[in-house]
Amino acid sequence: MAKFEYAPAPESRAVVSLRESYGLFIGGEFAPGVDGRAFKTISPATEEVLAEVTEAGPADVDRAVTAARKAYEHTWALMPGTERAKYLFRIARIVQERARELAVLESLNNGKPIRESRDVDIPLVAAHFFYYAGWADKLEYAGYGQAPRPLGVAGQVIPWNFPLLMLAWKIAPALACGNTVVLKPAETTPLTALAFAEICQQADLPPGVVNIITGAGETGRALVTHPGIDKVAFTGSTEVGKEIARACAPTRKKLTLELGGKAANIVFEDAPIDQAVEGIVNGIFFNQGHVCCAGSRLLVQESVYSEVMAALRRRLGTLRLGDPLDKNTDVGAINSAAQLAKIRELSQVGEAEGAERWSPPCDLPVKGFWFPPTVFTGVSQAHRIAREEIFGPVLSVLTFRTPAEAVEKANNTPYGLSAGIWTDKGSLILWMASRLRAGVVWANTFNKFDPTSPFGGYKESGYGREGGRHGLEAYLDV
Amino acid sequence: MSALADTPTWSDVSLRAFLHGLPGVDQVGAQARAAMLASRSIKTTAKQWALDAAISMIDLTTLEGQDTPGKVRALCAKAKRPDPADPTAPMVAAVCVYPDLAQVAAAELDGSGVHVASVATAFPSGRASLDVKLADVKYAVAAGADEVDMVIDRGAFLSGRYQEVFDEIVAVKQACDRAHLKVILETGELVTLDNVRRASWLAMLAGADFIKTSTGKVTPAATLPVTLVMLEAVRDFREDHGRQVGVKAAGGIRTAKDALRYLVLVNETAGEDWLDPRWFRLGASSLLNDLLMQRTKLATGRYSGPDYFTLD
Repeated sequence: MAKFEYAPAPESRAVVSLRESYGLFIGGEFAPGVDGRAFKTISPATEEVLAEVTEAGPADVDRAVTAARKAYEHTWALMPGTERAKYLFRIARIVQERARELAVLESLNNGKPIRESRDVDIPLVAAHFFYYAGWADKLEYAGYGQAPRPLGVAGQVIPWNFPLLMLAWKIAPALACGNTVVLKPAETTPLTALAFAEICQQADLPPGVVNIITGAGETGRALVTHPGIDKVAFTGSTEVGKEIARACAPTRKKLTLELGGKAANIVFEDAPIDQAVEGIVNGIFFNQGHVCCAGSRLLVQESVYSEVMAALRRRLGTLRLGDPLDKNTDVGAINSAAQLAKIRELSQVGEAEGAERWSPPCDLPVKGFWFPPTVFTGVSQAHRIAREEIFGPVLSVLTFRTPAEAVEKANNTPYGLSAGIWTDKGSLILWMASRLRAGVVWANTFNKFDPTSPFGGYKESGYGREGGRHGLEAYLDV
Repeated sequence: MSALADTPTWSDVSLRAFLHGLPGVDQVGAQARAAMLASRSIKTTAKQWALDAAISMIDLTTLEGQDTPGKVRALCAKAKRPDPADPTAPMVAAVCVYPDLAQVAAAELDGSGVHVASVATAFPSGRASLDVKLADVKYAVAAGADEVDMVIDRGAFLSGRYQEVFDEIVAVKQACDRAHLKVILETGELVTLDNVRRASWLAMLAGADFIKTSTGKVTPAATLPVTLVMLEAVRDFREDHGRQVGVKAAGGIRTAKDALRYLVLVNETAGEDWLDPRWFRLGASSLLNDLLMQRTKLATGRYSGPDYFTLD
């Protein structure tokens, strides 16, 4: 037994009061679905059923779009930016006030460690609303002309990896620009979006400005193909993104897509090794690797390969996997059985293709969906685990010899969402950054998010930018 | 890292090449890591263990111009029996005083198991001739100090005269005879974390048994990021040289919560081999009473006031 064994330090669930079942949030009120279909939402860490959630059908989508249209035409688009800003500021403050509750709820429904939902997700949610609240009355200074117009009703579909944060990325700029929204959270993580619906009520947001409809793929399809939608925003898999792009192509709908990634995290021989190791860990094991911009391909300069790998293995030995609500947990649960199956499958492919698999000693809980932090070495560009997005805590390690080779390997992927560079040499950072085809390039850090910074992809990682001044463009008629 | 380190003789040039060849420290990253570890939640049984461990790692310190034999005797009594109301409270590791009072402390602590530490080498500035510094060390050791806390010549270090710093540590180590040598880097004057890493390696290469953050006379004194970098240094040094060097964080650590954060840092950076008074120390004075107060709270479920703990 370890000398200094941290005793369990669970965050209390008492701050969260769950209802047995949730309706759809349409026109400012919770209402049952038309055809009465529902599904259960669980905690992926224990498989405990948390609540029953309505599955919205086409008629419900239609009601939501109509409510959003009405709010757009009669209230929100007419309201001066200074007034819209007040609502956004109010929402931001309520998120801060209810931060602990939202963090616990997020960890319960998603499986991510409370340390992350408490210190990263929820503070960023509030920050996004604060940031875009500031833009609402300053749109004429955004660089899109004197009085840029909103688009109308936005249909937004978000993923399960950062449920409330992705909601904030979508809703805050849309509302700031004067649009109204119908948002569908992912089927496995609807609860914080439904809590957000309550926050809209609490903030006295005019009915219909925000509508939240729950459901799975069918509901999402009905939403993005609805003729009453002016703008579609989607974050999720490249496969679904392509389908949405095809559906929107023959319409007037404006579309932004934020899709998959296979980011290179590039460590040079003169890197600050200890911090680079932290960056590697943060790059791929943050949020169990359920991050579209995860640093899933580690590129290490050959001259420091053994040093970096030894340090990385030692560091992984200290990762604490387990109860997402324990304040000392570093790695939580995989979000769903389906995702776990996919991670397992690709990891087996990695082994079959000849890469060497390693995980630190680590006990996995019996119930729930779990996968140990895993590192593959001896990976080449031809391996599937170097090309396909695994979306789990699985790192593929490759090596390079020169900066030019690092650029070539980093760019040799159908994706282009993010990249990381680790070196003490400023000129090398700039040289690399200008050649990497990735929407975000982090230097001596990784997975750093800020509402002022635009985020988005190259190639199959999607198009359009979210965050910052750039993020306004997606919701303005420009 | 190891090739040059094994060469028996050094020069300013080779020391510079070696120290500047160490991996850099990214300050933002180091601070973020220290902050993340500071958010660990230490409860119940873990807290119980950690509070006692922290007490047993304290170098109970008085380094004031107004120190007297009476003050030192009182401190020694406290060191041997920190909580008169609770004999299960562990002893501290050492009492740390100026050389002229080492004899008083040695007499009081004789046979108790509590070590006698004395600062030396023209503490805290280190601005004296080498002869004076060595005489200071010999005087402290002759008076009964079995641990010597020296200061490095920060001026020489900052102007790149690494050989001079190195030679001085070697000479002091020799003068220490069998006493343990703690080398104070005074990180508040070195300022950058790169300097902290280089000074740590320099001290270890020259034979330090411990590397210590601060004198306590300069602000900032011990900080979590600085201690993190020093813990990384001793961890890497043992891997390269097979010799384990201790770390002492000193100055500004006043609350039990702070102390527990340092223990977490040790645990998750250098590892549990260092979670022992032989390898990790906390230089402090007021910290002890807060640890005792938290210890009593954990045992009884109630907070008692500061008047229930002795002030010495």
